[in-house]
Amino acid sequence: MGFLHRHRGLTPYLLLAPGVVWLGLFFLVPLGFLAYQSLESGSIDFGYAFSWSWGNYWNAIRNYRGHFERSLEYAGIATVLALVVSYPVAYWIAFRGGRWKNLLLLFIVAPFFVTYLIRTLAWQTILADHGLVVRTLHHLHVLGSTGRLLNTATAVVAGITYNFLPFMALPLYVSLEQIDGRLIEAAEDLYASRWKAFLRVTLPLSLPGVVAGTLLTFIPAAGDFINAQLLGSPTNHMIGNVIQSKFLELTDYPAAASMSFVLMAAIIVAVLAYARAVGTEQLTG
Amino acid sequence: MRDLEFTRRQLLERAALGGAALTLPGFLAACGGSSKKAASSSHKLAKTLRFSNWTLYMDTNNKTHMHPTLESFSKKYGVHVQYTEDINDNASFFGKIQGPLSRGQSIDRDIIVMTDNSRYPSLLIKKGWVEKLDKSALPNIKNLQPALSHPAWDPHRDYTLPWQSGMTGIAFNDKLTDPVLSIDELFGNRKLKGKVTCLNEMADALSLVMVSNGDDPSKVTNASFNRAITKIKKAVDSGQIRQFTGNDYAAPLAKGDLAAAMSWSGDIAQLLSENSHLHWNLPADGGDIWTDNMLIPKGGNAYTASVYMNYVYDPKIAAQIEGGDPKTGDTGVYYICPVVGAREALLKTNAAIAKNTLIFPTKKMLDNVHVIDPNALNNEKYLTTWQNLISA
Repeated sequence: MGFLHRHRGLTPYLLLAPGVVWLGLFFLVPLGFLAYQSLESGSIDFGYAFSWSWGNYWNAIRNYRGHFERSLEYAGIATVLALVVSYPVAYWIAFRGGRWKNLLLLFIVAPFFVTYLIRTLAWQTILADHGLVVRTLHHLHVLGSTGRLLNTATAVVAGITYNFLPFMALPLYVSLEQIDGRLIEAAEDLYASRWKAFLRVTLPLSLPGVVAGTLLTFIPAAGDFINAQLLGSPTNHMIGNVIQSKFLELTDYPAAASMSFVLMAAIIVAVLAYARAVGTEQLTG
Repeated sequence: MRDLEFTRRQLLERAALGGAALTLPGFLAACGGSSKKAASSSHKLAKTLRFSNWTLYMDTNNKTHMHPTLESFSKKYGVHVQYTEDINDNASFFGKIQGPLSRGQSIDRDIIVMTDNSRYPSLLIKKGWVEKLDKSALPNIKNLQPALSHPAWDPHRDYTLPWQSGMTGIAFNDKLTDPVLSIDELFGNRKLKGKVTCLNEMADALSLVMVSNGDDPSKVTNASFNRAITKIKKAVDSGQIRQFTGNDYAAPLAKGDLAAAMSWSGDIAQLLSENSHLHWNLPADGGDIWTDNMLIPKGGNAYTASVYMNYVYDPKIAAQIEGGDPKTGDTGVYYICPVVGAREALLKTNAAIAKNTLIFPTKKMLDNVHVIDPNALNNEKYLTTWQNLISA
């Protein structure tokens, strides 16, 4: 204790230390190694050697541009869908949930009690060609008679949306929950219709939740490969599928590593553009 | 229900492998732990035999889900068998084990099973990542089918012994389509659009498509390779091919989400007992044949593994693995048995299986199957082209 008393200034750093050490060991070191690997050349037969092979990056972009674009596109659509679906739900729970709040939140998290994989596999059954959903859509003539859902882009986007929904709903709920109801009342008393009060007061105050939710959904969704593998066809594969196959099937580590960095860069660019559009203060709440 | 579980389990495994990607094999390589010494070749049985195999590749009791031949092995030799069905395709499994093996670490397995129409059995031998069989413990090696005795990549069977063989052909569900008997039909019949799958193992797909093009799969050239790739790509781009699969095509085919699939003989032989609408054929132009081989990875116990291999090369045991036993409710693996004498043993106990040509193919069938050019399997350019095609 004596030591800490004498060096009070150190306390915050000591508190930070476990986190920093953890991230350093398990994030920065592997990241550095991945960067090293992304500049290697060679093959599994003859071994890999470091050779400043910037060509790996060039090849990743040239050969897989379509996959990168598709990943950002699917993740983007899924994020918007998740936002549209979650906002009213989170709003309702926050303002009208009353004593059921906790139970309702539990329902949102409930799918997470089942493993990711089984959740996605369940969608295979839900969307199967002879399943209820497809049959109903056929009856309604929404899908042509040969149309199907499983192994299409729609199925992949739907799967991603579903799998990442809680990441969107929970931050939204937290930011909506914190809004002081008196502000909305005041707006309604003084000048606004309910709709106007929502647009002028509730929505702006919930923006930090929107931003947090979209980031938490978009970033992992862009690197996802399970949904595309299980619910998509070969023409719907995302960059995650290519990285997975390069790492584990072709054992082409340099290509896989460089693709991972390109994906990271693409996500950072997308997030920065988004931050500029909505204003950086929303990022930090 | 069983076939559903079957896919589910495989996908779980696949996902588990996928998860391994996140652990960065390279990082592990950098921090490599202590390496275990290779097990000495003493003639003492280990307490446990650790055996990694493909899914549904062992005789199984339908009720207890136990494996009778493994249990009787345990009883006879006092060796516990730790049997893991963790191989779903060659490439992913190799990806999983190559890290530790390249660092001289044991992968904690005494037997693994890999297919000779992939590059991996020969690569494992070339890299010195496998133990030699202990032939002193393996007198039953004399029962190995002569045709399988001298593969080019292990001419004296010093390192490997066949587990099962199988043929690749076309399966279809007669509730959904007229017979599909050729690749041109499978990839070209517009009625089947989006209702067919192609296998994701390059050798299988390539052989079948090459023979349909009139090319010889045992001698792959750039021109014939490109012709085959172009044909498959066309079927992918047109939406004809719905997916590339391992044996996870089986459940959707049985359920009716697929009308036809490029398929392995044994899968359909297994499903036929539950679904009489399924049919399997060698394409008229010809199919391909492959053999799964048992190998002892470096660090495995060669003596114990060899004793087990000797046990399964007893025709009676081989017959039991192959055909199961309808009386006790055991299902066999229904692939092609490499052990001479197994058919004769089965004729006595389970004649229907012994006469099934998917399991004991006729000479005419065997004359119509090809073995893929091993050089093509090691051609990096081909492998990359293939991988890009199937995850396009």
